[in-house]
Amino acid sequence: MSSLLSSPVLSSLPFSLLSSPLSFLAPVLSSLLSSLLSSPLSFPLSCPLLSPFLSPVLSSLLSSLLSSLLSLPLFSSHTSSPVLSSCPSSLFHFSQRFTTVVPESCMLILLGLVLGGIVLLTSKKQLYQLEPGLFFLFLLPTIVGDAGYFMPARLFFDNLGAILLSDVSLCSDQKVQAGLMEFLLFGALISAVDPVAVLAVFEEVHVNETLFIIVFGESLLNDAVTVVLYKVYMSFVEVGPENVQTADYFKGVASFLIVSIGGTMVGLIFAALLAFITRFTKKVRIIEPLLVFLMVYLAYLTAELFSLSAILSMTFCGIGCNKYVEANISQKSRTTVKYTMKTLASIAETIIFIFLGISAVDKSKWAWDTGLISCTLIFIFVFRALGVVMQTWVLNWFRLVPLDKIDQVVMSYGGLRGAVAFALVVLLDAERVPAKDYFVATTIIVVFFTVMFQGLTIKPLVNWLKVPRATNRKPTINEEIHERAFDHCLTAVEDIAGLNGYHHWRDKWEQFDKNYLSKLLLRKSVYRKSELWEVYQKINIRDAISVIDQGGNVLTSARLSLPSMASRASFPEVTNVTNYLRENGSGVCLDLQVIDNVPGAKVEEESETHHFLAGNLYKPRRRVRPCQHCHTDRQRQDREIFQRNMKSRMETFKTTRHKRHSHKKDRSDVKEQDLNDKPRRNVSWQDKDPVVVPVESEDEKGEHLEPEKEEDVGITFVARKVPDTPKERPKSVPAGLEVCQSPSVAPPSPTCSERNLPWKGGIGTLPVCVSMEATKIIPIDLQQAWNQSISSLESLASPPGPVEPLHPLLSSSPLLSSPLLSSPLLSSPLLSSPLLSSPLLSSPLLSSPLLSSPLLSSPLLSSPLLSSPPDPQEKRERKHLSCLTASLI
Amino acid sequence: MGSRASTLLREEEIEEIKKETGFSHSQITRLYSRFTSLDKGENGTLSREDFQRIPELAINPLGDRIINAFFPEGEDQVNFRGFMRTLAHFRPIEDNEKNKDPIASEPLNSRSNKLLFAFRLYDLDRDDKISRDELLQVLRMMVGVNISDEQLGSIADRTIQEADQNGDNSISFNEFIKVGNFLIFCIFGNMNYYLT
Repeated sequence: MSSLLSSPVLSSLPFSLLSSPLSFLAPVLSSLLSSLLSSPLSFPLSCPLLSPFLSPVLSSLLSSLLSSLLSLPLFSSHTSSPVLSSCPSSLFHFSQRFTTVVPESCMLILLGLVLGGIVLLTSKKQLYQLEPGLFFLFLLPTIVGDAGYFMPARLFFDNLGAILLSDVSLCSDQKVQAGLMEFLLFGALISAVDPVAVLAVFEEVHVNETLFIIVFGESLLNDAVTVVLYKVYMSFVEVGPENVQTADYFKGVASFLIVSIGGTMVGLIFAALLAFITRFTKKVRIIEPLLVFLMVYLAYLTAELFSLSAILSMTFCGIGCNKYVEANISQKSRTTVKYTMKTLASIAETIIFIFLGISAVDKSKWAWDTGLISCTLIFIFVFRALGVVMQTWVLNWFRLVPLDKIDQVVMSYGGLRGAVAFALVVLLDAERVPAKDYFVATTIIVVFFTVMFQGLTIKPLVNWLKVPRATNRKPTINEEIHERAFDHCLTAVEDIAGLNGYHHWRDKWEQFDKNYLSKLLLRKSVYRKSELWEVYQKINIRDAISVIDQGGNVLTSARLSLPSMASRASFPEVTNVTNYLRENGSGVCLDLQVIDNVPGAKVEEESETHHFLAGNLYKPRRRVRPCQHCHTDRQRQDREIFQRNMKSRMETFKTTRHKRHSHKKDRSDVKEQDLNDKPRRNVSWQDKDPVVVPVESEDEKGEHLEPEKEEDVGITFVARKVPDTPKERPKSVPAGLEVCQSPSVAPPSPTCSERNLPWKGGIGTLPVCVSMEATKIIPIDLQQAWNQSISSLESLASPPGPVEPLHPLLSSSPLLSSPLLSSPLLSSPLLSSPLLSSPLLSSPLLSSPLLSSPLLSSPLLSSPLLSSPPDPQEKRERKHLSCLTASLI
Repeated sequence: MGSRASTLLREEEIEEIKKETGFSHSQITRLYSRFTSLDKGENGTLSREDFQRIPELAINPLGDRIINAFFPEGEDQVNFRGFMRTLAHFRPIEDNEKNKDPIASEPLNSRSNKLLFAFRLYDLDRDDKISRDELLQVLRMMVGVNISDEQLGSIADRTIQEADQNGDNSISFNEFIKVGNFLIFCIFGNMNYYLT
């Protein structure tokens, strides 16, 4: 897990931390449980398990205090540091070196051993034990939940066959080792490959994904098998071997099926439920993480309640809901879920291993039998290897990429036993199973051996065998695209050849998912989004971040603002503005000012950063246009005009915020120029643009995109505002009706850019945008938001001044971006511009449902115009312009 | 159908196909019965309409492209040999095959042939370059209507820039190999598995 935890000193931290999250959770969980119990279904399991819960928490709190106290002097002797206070740092260095060789889990067990020894010495009695109740109710779920939730679903299902097969075959092969029922029992529990141990070790080793997912997935599913076998044998033992009839064996098999399938079903049901609930949490973002945790945990508890496989249930709940939940919840919730889960899992893992160490010291609990132990070790190893070989032999018939010998070695060597086996063996009833102490001892030894020895040696082994490691290479957009294309291609070929293969079924599933499941479980706004576009956004943002990271010290200050950008930007619905801009605007050129529109001194740094990014990232290809070079003069002119106008306009704007004039002539000038100029997309140009865009865009959005507005509670910008330029209104409204739910479809994009035009182009234009009437229409409650947005507009608008010279094309851009608005040609037939732009008409018209009138919603205007996001605005608009003109003429 | 298929397919023909494509005898007969069942005109060749009649293919976004891949340039009929030749691209890569017979031309299921097949899915005009427009077409087919032209355009731009090495704003086959090579293992399927 985290490297932080690997330091012994730090590892004691989770201990003290543990008390807070767990005790915090306790009331919640207990209330949940009690509500469960109050139903007629009340079951005996949870009650007794819950009541002892408090004592483990207390004891772990105690032990955490103890261990944190102890760890200091303990390790200072190691490092022989004379000064106690300096020991953490020296320890850290020490542990860093150390942990490259020794896996974390070994360290933790060792620490546990030492602690247990000390406790034993002082109190003569082992106080702290790994209690099965604690383990199964609280520690295991956190780890499994983490693993299940973040399991790469596709990889998992791609390898599902392998996992299932290896699971069943490997589990059953241990049975042979002894004839007695009790040994069968023991075999069942000892053969379980432990997810915790595997996770701990394999994550550090970084084997390739396929291998990891097979071993890890196997160990997860193993639980079902192990627990069922365990229970079956347990009942056999109770009945007595001689009374077991053939029918009972079949019952055992049947119960195995029921337990695993039932567990899976419970998990899937909860996954659907969770996804469905998160669809409606728009207004209460704060409960999203809690919901995720509770539902996943409920899946676990419910399965446990019906004695189904809880781990399976939880895993499948995590896998199943991940896709939908991730899309539904907000970015903040996503981050919260992620880190809380990871933290809890690390804590649980740490505790398990330390407790394992501690409880191993207690001699009273176990009895040594060299024969049994050595036999078990040998058998475990041999059968694991045998099982792997046999099962890969079968598997390789079906696999595209056969598992070769090296993989098999790693698979069999990676069969680590861990806490599950230990907890199960401790659970044994000493009266029914007289040999319990022997089993406990053997299990402890086996766990120690596998975790310590195999865990220690697996890294060198992997190195020595040259097992392909996991590459941290992030997928490129090419890979994403080609992968999708190839998938379709394969499906088609399977269809042609008349085969119902894997791709055929996956395609069927995807169809089903798209047509029914996603519709039901995803928010509408999310549902409409294109996956590919999301991927593209993510890749861009990732690139931006890495570029900045490598940017060196010039950008140190700018770097500070990046994290926020990253987190926000990768998420669809943060605020209307950010969201909107990201969707539409961050396309190719990632602009910090767009994304992070916090005004102030930062702006300059950000613009610097922006230039850096603009220079280093992929840029949209410039369309080479013949006329491009001929109007540089005009551009220069324009820029001058723009600069002058900008300044004066800003002043006017600041003083008289709500004062409006209509400057149509400015605009019409602009229009003409636009028509002549062939606008091109220029990266640097965007620098300015974003500054203006945020406020305006959100305005338009606010009007017709009510649903979206609600998505995040915290948005200040959501103004109900309306009508800036009448023409946009018409366009955006029809779109709004259809597309409003999905930002990605980006209804108002053109308008946004159009606004730039007035904004940048002339003094008077802006006032037109913010018409008096418009503000009046704004409901009182939203008025403040509107004012805010205006003020942010002001503050944003000021910085661009100095940067301006950098962008020769800038001046042309506003002009260019406006063709739609300004061009008389376009606006005339349907919406005569003067008519619309008059404040009287515009405001009520715009805000009213009238907008949806056929006139406005005419497909001509709505579809092509609205569908374009503002990002490469000019380019697009040019396109639109041309297509519109074509259709109009 | 099955019985008719095997009667119509002569042994020597099977042998030739086996040699050319590497399919096994049983695979060939099985695919032949599929071929005849698709062949509504019963003239020993498949037309585009025959393919389009497959319901799953009709909803496959890239269905048309795949169908195109079955037809040699300028023809609108494909016989069983051609059918098998195309399908052979989807057999798993066999490394030892090359060593066996280095002189013979590369098998259809070789890595580069698979890649070429994939490349042709994009490259409509067969100029050995994926232009921006060609890429856009494929993207549009895959993403459906939920995405605007501009968004798609920027995706295409980026895709090309990522792969483009010589600055011609298109993806040549060599450039395609570089970005697609790693995918071939996991993506290009295993026909044997289903056919046996």
